[in-house]
Amino acid sequence: MNAIIALSALAILTMFFGVIQKKSVLLPLILSGLIIVFFLNVIEWGTFKHYYNEMFIADNFNIAFTAALILTTFLVFIFSALYYRTVKRPLEDIYALMLFSLIGGITMASFGNITMLFIGIETLSISFYILAGSKKFDVASNEAALKYFLTGTFATGFLLFGMALIYGVSGSFNLQAINSYIIANKESIPTLFYAGMILVFVGMAFKIAAVPFHFWAPDVYTGSPTLITAFMSTIGKVASIAAFYRLISITFLNVHDFSVDILMLFAIATIIVGNLSAMTQDNMKRMLAYSGISNSGYLLFAIIAMGPKSAGTLLYFSISYAIATITAFAVIMLVREERGTFSLQDYKGLAKQNPVEAFAMAVAMMSLAGIPPLAGFMAKYNIFSVAMNGGYVWLVIVGVIGSMISVFYYFKPIIYMYFHRADAHKKIETTKAYKIHILLVSILLIILGFLPGLVIGLL
Amino acid sequence: MPDAVQNLQMIPLNDYIFFCSALFAIGIIGVLIKRNALVIFMSVELMLNSANLLLAAFSAYRNDPAGQIFVFFIMVVAAAEVAIGLALLVMIYRSTHSIDINALNKLKW
Repeated sequence: MNAIIALSALAILTMFFGVIQKKSVLLPLILSGLIIVFFLNVIEWGTFKHYYNEMFIADNFNIAFTAALILTTFLVFIFSALYYRTVKRPLEDIYALMLFSLIGGITMASFGNITMLFIGIETLSISFYILAGSKKFDVASNEAALKYFLTGTFATGFLLFGMALIYGVSGSFNLQAINSYIIANKESIPTLFYAGMILVFVGMAFKIAAVPFHFWAPDVYTGSPTLITAFMSTIGKVASIAAFYRLISITFLNVHDFSVDILMLFAIATIIVGNLSAMTQDNMKRMLAYSGISNSGYLLFAIIAMGPKSAGTLLYFSISYAIATITAFAVIMLVREERGTFSLQDYKGLAKQNPVEAFAMAVAMMSLAGIPPLAGFMAKYNIFSVAMNGGYVWLVIVGVIGSMISVFYYFKPIIYMYFHRADAHKKIETTKAYKIHILLVSILLIILGFLPGLVIGLL
Repeated sequence: MPDAVQNLQMIPLNDYIFFCSALFAIGIIGVLIKRNALVIFMSVELMLNSANLLLAAFSAYRNDPAGQIFVFFIMVVAAAEVAIGLALLVMIYRSTHSIDINALNKLKW
């Protein structure tokens, strides 16, 4: 709760900062604010509180995911200095919207009532709609924003109708109350309730971009400004998957047999379609969008298995995915600024000219592909073992095959960077700070690979 | 206020469910087959409002105000969405001089 209040104050302060027109002050203010919020959040560890009639539940799950979301936002803000370096104005609107969507994400990880889930999703999404279109004079950005808006509100319609049906049958919006309704009437739950569940799942599948509701993701991620894409594909996914886990683990655990069938369908389709579509992409941003889609398939494994280690594994997978994706996008935005496109061809010979950036990109790609000893490998290993312990052998087989396919496309940029000769490209000039940041982030990814037990043991 | 609840309860609950489902289906069909962004937008609003009506009906039948409170939240969020959506439409119209979503083909769909 501390985190949300402090973040709201920070976001409102940021919003009014445009009056002073001091670009150099704003970013350090936000970064230090985020560090303070992080500690305010962490000191509540171990206390279980609920506020406002169980609207908001502050437990360890919430605090851990809030910390992960704040860490992710912090990393995005670090790289925003490079992305917006040519912009003269202080950009207080964009930064404030990013903070507001972070608040939405935290709400999604801590709701105790379906109303709060809805408010959280909308706070996150409405900020994203604007952020996606924040490059006002770029047609691709406009198009991405409108597509995101139309598909996002369409998904909200499904979510709301499902919530209405669940409320109609169970008589409450409170997660615990719905759960006790299910336990009390296990044999005689009307079909209407299951219809509501399916609609809610469809709405959530839209938000995490699971196949067959993924079609918006590649376009929106390609069209949006690169920094915003990095932000959306990490915060949006982590918050949505946390919300999904919370919804199922508290409310629908006693009808889990029913949810598993639907979620299995989502997970298998997501892994197959996501990985196969990523193979044929030449555009790096689009490839990472499909990579994000296939990663939501792996994240669904933990929700399907619902074992004792599911929450911890979900946290670890989310963190490793978020850090790797942000590292990759940080390099992509640099290359794009210098060479003008997102094509794979631009990465030819990058290792010779910019060894630090190429190293970071290689680490990020190998982590996403799941090469030991990086964080991505431990994340995939743990999520497969959770699914295996739950007895979902076929799911694990599909996951491993998908993971093998993914090596092919994740290694493409590495091959281009290290084994192709550059055609007449100049060295890309960067700042020293950027080099240190990107090196630190990729080292974080390596260190994280050695500490999976620590993170998973938290929950 | 008791009168309103009684009036609502005069119609059987099943009728509300069928009516709202029909509205919801019309909304979905509108989103899927219409090519004008504004009409798609209206169809989405229809979907949201069918959920609102359903919540109000359930709330009246259960004598529980929670559903109606949720309707207010939905209305607030829908208003925010309208503000964003119309602004995005204006932005699109400025750059492409059309609000036909077939004009949105710069990115692969």
